[in-house]
Amino acid sequence: MSKWLNPRSFFGVTLITIALLGLPFVAAMGGQAWVRILDFAILYVFLALGLNIVVGYAGLLDLGYIAFYAVGAYTWALLASPHFGLHLPIWVILPIGAALACIAGVLLGSPTLKLRGDYLAIVTLGFGEIVRIFMNNLNAPVNITNGPQGITLIDPVAFGDFRFSGNTQIFGLTLSGPMKYYYLLVALAILVVIINLRLQNSRIGRAWQAIREDEIAAKAVGINTRNVKLLAFAMGASFGGIAGGVFAAMQGFVSPESFSLMESIMILAMVVLGGMGHIPGVILGAVLLSILPEALRYGVGPIQMALFGKMMVDPESLRMLVFGLALVLVMRFKPAGLWPSPERKRELGEKQAEVKA
Amino acid sequence: MDIFLQQIVNGLVQGSIYALVALGYTMVYGIMGLINFAHGEVVMIGTLVTITVAGSLINAGMPVALAGMAGLGASMLICMALGWGLERIAYRPLRNAPRLTPLITAIGMSIVLQNLAMMIWGRNYLTFPPLLPKINFELAGAHFTAIQVFIVVVSGATMAGLLALIYRTKLGMAMRATAQNPAVASLMGVNINRVIAAAFVIGSALGALAGVMVGTYYEIAHYQMGFMLGLKAFTAAVLGGIGNLAGAMLGGVLLGIIEALGAGYIGDLTGGFLGSHYQDIFAFVVLIVVLMFKPSGLFGEKTGDRA
Amino acid sequence: MSTNLPTPLLEAKAVAKHFGGVKALRDVSLTIRRGEIYGLIGPNGAGKTTFFNCMTGLYVPDGGGFTFDGAPLVADAPQHAAARGIARTFQNIRLFGNMTALENVMVGRHVRTRAGIVGAMLNTPATRAEEAAIRQRAIELLHYVRIEERADDLAKNLSYGDQRRLEIARALATEPKLLCLDEPAAGMNATETEELRDLIEGIRHDGTTILLIEHDVKLVMGLCDRVAVLDYGALVIEDVPAVVQKDQRVIEAYLGA
Repeated sequence: MSKWLNPRSFFGVTLITIALLGLPFVAAMGGQAWVRILDFAILYVFLALGLNIVVGYAGLLDLGYIAFYAVGAYTWALLASPHFGLHLPIWVILPIGAALACIAGVLLGSPTLKLRGDYLAIVTLGFGEIVRIFMNNLNAPVNITNGPQGITLIDPVAFGDFRFSGNTQIFGLTLSGPMKYYYLLVALAILVVIINLRLQNSRIGRAWQAIREDEIAAKAVGINTRNVKLLAFAMGASFGGIAGGVFAAMQGFVSPESFSLMESIMILAMVVLGGMGHIPGVILGAVLLSILPEALRYGVGPIQMALFGKMMVDPESLRMLVFGLALVLVMRFKPAGLWPSPERKRELGEKQAEVKA
Repeated sequence: MDIFLQQIVNGLVQGSIYALVALGYTMVYGIMGLINFAHGEVVMIGTLVTITVAGSLINAGMPVALAGMAGLGASMLICMALGWGLERIAYRPLRNAPRLTPLITAIGMSIVLQNLAMMIWGRNYLTFPPLLPKINFELAGAHFTAIQVFIVVVSGATMAGLLALIYRTKLGMAMRATAQNPAVASLMGVNINRVIAAAFVIGSALGALAGVMVGTYYEIAHYQMGFMLGLKAFTAAVLGGIGNLAGAMLGGVLLGIIEALGAGYIGDLTGGFLGSHYQDIFAFVVLIVVLMFKPSGLFGEKTGDRA
Repeated sequence: MSTNLPTPLLEAKAVAKHFGGVKALRDVSLTIRRGEIYGLIGPNGAGKTTFFNCMTGLYVPDGGGFTFDGAPLVADAPQHAAARGIARTFQNIRLFGNMTALENVMVGRHVRTRAGIVGAMLNTPATRAEEAAIRQRAIELLHYVRIEERADDLAKNLSYGDQRRLEIARALATEPKLLCLDEPAAGMNATETEELRDLIEGIRHDGTTILLIEHDVKLVMGLCDRVAVLDYGALVIEDVPAVVQKDQRVIEAYLGA
């Protein structure tokens, strides 16, 4: 605890708090669209930290993470929208969503977690696709998911009478819907950071890392690797489920399109690009990769106009091209991620020295 | 019964294409343990290059057969160069990087290639020039087209050629040695860089051929077509036991047949509850079920725990 | 310090294991008494490590079985062996390379501690107390094997000898009744071997029974109370070193006559 009383950390924490509180107001100057981009950045931080438990800590390559997000999102959409005429409160839906995602994680994990790395990757990938295909098609003969059209008019997050959609006046400030969601998401993200930190230095967290490092040795010291892996999988899935619920509420709309394989890959890229297993790195990766494409969306068109006086190439594809190149280049020059944990960095430094020697 | 036979035929054709693409994944994986996510895009580019080359030659009045050959040749050359370049520029610098690093690079390259293709060929579906005559014939109640026969025969011959290359030539032996143990192979004088480059180049050539077949078969092409095709082909490679050439071939054919039969019968099996638009789940359901019982794939080597 | 109780710590009865057509173990029966240092030797490929792997649950034997500490050892999974009190090291060291030496030993406490995921997330007092105890015990063990000054180094950056010691500390963290060492002296020089010998003596003195698989015959004969010799997967002899050393079959097995 004494760490927090240290004047320098205290100063740092105060600074970060002020920055986090003030950020949406700064973003709002560029329009509410930017606040929404910020919201998504924080949502991705949450998702990436959830996946970090699975991939970064336990070393399980999960390419179907988005499926759990989808389960959470659809749970919210079905339990709080006119689609079934249900409008359950958040403290009922969110736990149900997390629990269903967790169950899905256990169902997928228990038969497949004995598979080695890349096989697990393709199986989880397949699972993600299966979930998406079902959501796309479960509109007939009984209409459950409303198929490709998705579900609309989903209830926003609300605590009693306090709704997160629309404007609210507090202390003379006008808070827009996206701004309120921002604070909710930041609170959730802080929660998941704390959980990540606590797990990292816990008995279970060490067991995860041990499995990642050497599964046979982990078994030899008495770790029930199957159960412990399943725990990581279920944890990650639950986080995905919660994030999905908030996503559905925030968007007011869900459709299968939001849960494509590309999304899973994106979240994995955030974890790896930032620095697997290292919390600040993962946060950085999530923020960068969620904001970069949006920033490019606003930047690519005008820059072309300025340079050539006309649109040379489709800005949408150009921004994705730049994004893809960014992934390749970061991995080329920062193979352990942009902000790896100090140990990992040292290790890679040594490796490179060996190669040169 | 004729539905059954018909679906077997359709599955065999689709499966031959999967098999050709799966070989590209499995060779690279077998030698360097990398899932080359960008391979599906290489196939896509193979298709689109053929459309441009063969299409414009036909418009210029060249005989269709000749234009088709030129298109195939051009797409194979371009894809081989592309595969070589991918390995040289993107993957080679990452040989000693953490395991997931090259995977993210592969994903990045896949995004880059897809969007490059969109810039060059546009967002719309393109029509593939009819390179083969449309001849239909019927056998035992199943309908065939010349294109289907062509696909099955050519991919069969190509795969036989590949097996001969891998098991009969010096390069093939070097490739197998590297797959077994790169360090030892390199001590024995195998040039690892050349072997890996060869795996990419050969895989890409097969991919280009598969791309031309897909185009000929479905008659349309699109910059996003490589993604699902690559995914299915990779699934096929894993199904057969990744790293195993024969496994990739059998896995591909098997996957094609399972999909076709699944699509043909799912409605009857579920009492109409699930329709044929669930076709895409078969690949993955079968994959999960197979790996549950055979964790190294159907024909994969058993990699048991070693103390 | 435990004394020689009438019930043996470990009894192997007709353990058999084959890989395809190769019979790696042919009905091996042997007995390890409480508190002794028991040596298992034999030429390369004699089946020593296979025996080890059967006992620690890495392989499932094709025949026979083990009784450990008065109850049958259901050798279906390594984690159960550890829970019952069998710890092991590996012939080719297997540490958690990217974790610190201290963390490696802390992982060893896993099977004797119980904090779950909820306790960790809530950071409950019970969890904190257990965590402190784990850390304390791990530090003691690093001290015990005399590598405490390397506590915060990554395991893979330790010297070879220190890695061997760390592996022993990690095994001891599971509070084993039987500690199995698979060729601990492999690759060590004379001084290191001598230090290892002292360490093993010390561990036995502190009450842990030791099963030692070793190539270094001199070390085994000097250190062990009793020795078993395997050849071609079969038990040749099980006796005190003085008898084993003079046994004609053993000499033949080693000289390949």
